[in-house]
Amino acid sequence: MSHHIVDFKNVSFRYPDGTEALRGINFRITHGESVGVVGANGAGKSTLLQHMNGCLMPTSGTVTIGDLTLTGKTRREIRKKVGIVFQNPDDQLFMPTVFDDVAFGPLNLGMDEESVRERVRKALSMVHSLDLRDKPPHHLSSGQKSAVAIASVMAMEPDILAMDEPAANLDPKSRRSLITLLKSFRHSKIIASHDLDLILDVCQRCIVIRDGTVVADGPSAEILTNRTLLEENNLELPLSFQRR
Amino acid sequence: MTFDEKYFDIGRLDRLSYRDTCVHNLDPRAKVIATMLFLITVISFPKYEVVALAPFFLFPVLLMTIGEIPVRFILKKVIVVSPFAIFIGIFNPLLDTGTVAVISGVPVSGGWLSFLSIILKFTLTISAALLLIATTSFPGVCHALRRLGFPPLFVSQLFFLYRYLFVLMEEAMRMIRARDMRSFGTPGAGIKVFVRLIGILFLRTVDRAERIYYAMLSRGFQGDIPSLKRSRMAAADLAFMAATISFLGVFRFFRITEGIGRVVQGLFA
Repeated sequence: MSHHIVDFKNVSFRYPDGTEALRGINFRITHGESVGVVGANGAGKSTLLQHMNGCLMPTSGTVTIGDLTLTGKTRREIRKKVGIVFQNPDDQLFMPTVFDDVAFGPLNLGMDEESVRERVRKALSMVHSLDLRDKPPHHLSSGQKSAVAIASVMAMEPDILAMDEPAANLDPKSRRSLITLLKSFRHSKIIASHDLDLILDVCQRCIVIRDGTVVADGPSAEILTNRTLLEENNLELPLSFQRR
Repeated sequence: MTFDEKYFDIGRLDRLSYRDTCVHNLDPRAKVIATMLFLITVISFPKYEVVALAPFFLFPVLLMTIGEIPVRFILKKVIVVSPFAIFIGIFNPLLDTGTVAVISGVPVSGGWLSFLSIILKFTLTISAALLLIATTSFPGVCHALRRLGFPPLFVSQLFFLYRYLFVLMEEAMRMIRARDMRSFGTPGAGIKVFVRLIGILFLRTVDRAERIYYAMLSRGFQGDIPSLKRSRMAAADLAFMAATISFLGVFRFFRITEGIGRVVQGLFA
């Protein structure tokens, strides 16, 4: 197995309308690390995640996943390694039934029927949603949609998992089972979220970004207890550290 | 109550397709082919034809009975879309006034006949199409079309229509609700605001389309929506198609109803 390294070198990105979303981002995530990305609204978290598999291409700088540098040619290869769970599950679930949706990725990988069915079964039971398999997504609750969206990415068995606000639509119990699930995922993962308690629970390392630059990068336990740093970035101490 | 349940009730249509009857279990491709042939046969009749169309009701009625689809549900849907057909035909009686038949002393104009013919054809075709979806499910029909060789682009459009129609409608409803909440009983500053809302809805849709496309690319999309082979053409499917084709052929090319009418007249004469 190649090493699941994510390396951003001086990555900048400007949207067509001129907004500079990322300005010289640098970080390196090594195999098996789990990293939280936090920051104020509009700091560039989602833009950053979309660079992980070439949905967006850096205006300057390089993104390296494993031993591949992200270019138009390597995008397809990289997409097999990096699974991204987007923020809005309605955008992620585009097929008419849950089963079809989870099977979409494996089928595109060219797997045979038996293994596709097996993958789908495995991915759906991982998020406790096997019963939903024949339902159309518009009959699901938002929590169920999120769970299925995660399963649809897990079914690709990615080496690196990237998630954008995974717990936003979840009730506390589903959020707890998501945390357990994320902890059991042994590969590298990168999670952008405002849910600082989730980051604290799941990620050993935390990156704070502001206006498209990295302002802090270190162990979650240190960063998420630094009240001044957090408040400068429109954040606050995780609830578990707040004393009333 | 969501938008879907209130206006279209596609959810109900979906649930009808989960049933387990021998119509539901036929291969979707067999049903798609049979329904297409049925539609073509029905609309191939000349514009004054009324009597020969009657036996064709046998096809939807049989599907409905064997497939255990509630008649009222299908009728209701047919009535909901009927204004289209009525407006197409409504001027025929005014434009085409030549008398073509006299039934028990009352002259019947060609316009009324062709109007009636349009309504009959409409009822037949719409109910057949609804029954196809109610017994096969919309995605089932899409998969069948793909496997029958329809272009991938066309089939993916159908998939997305089904998946995102309600997402889009609900988005529109939310925007209208937000406008109403702040327009305090006045009709929301009228058409100007409404036009802008539509513009914003369009922009949001474009954004959403882009996000969906990214999500598809992220999972290896290469231009065709893949599907598992769920079913195989069995003897029952071939028998169903053969029966449909012979039924359609016999009633299209031989004037059975007229024949029966003659025989009955002969009995009483």
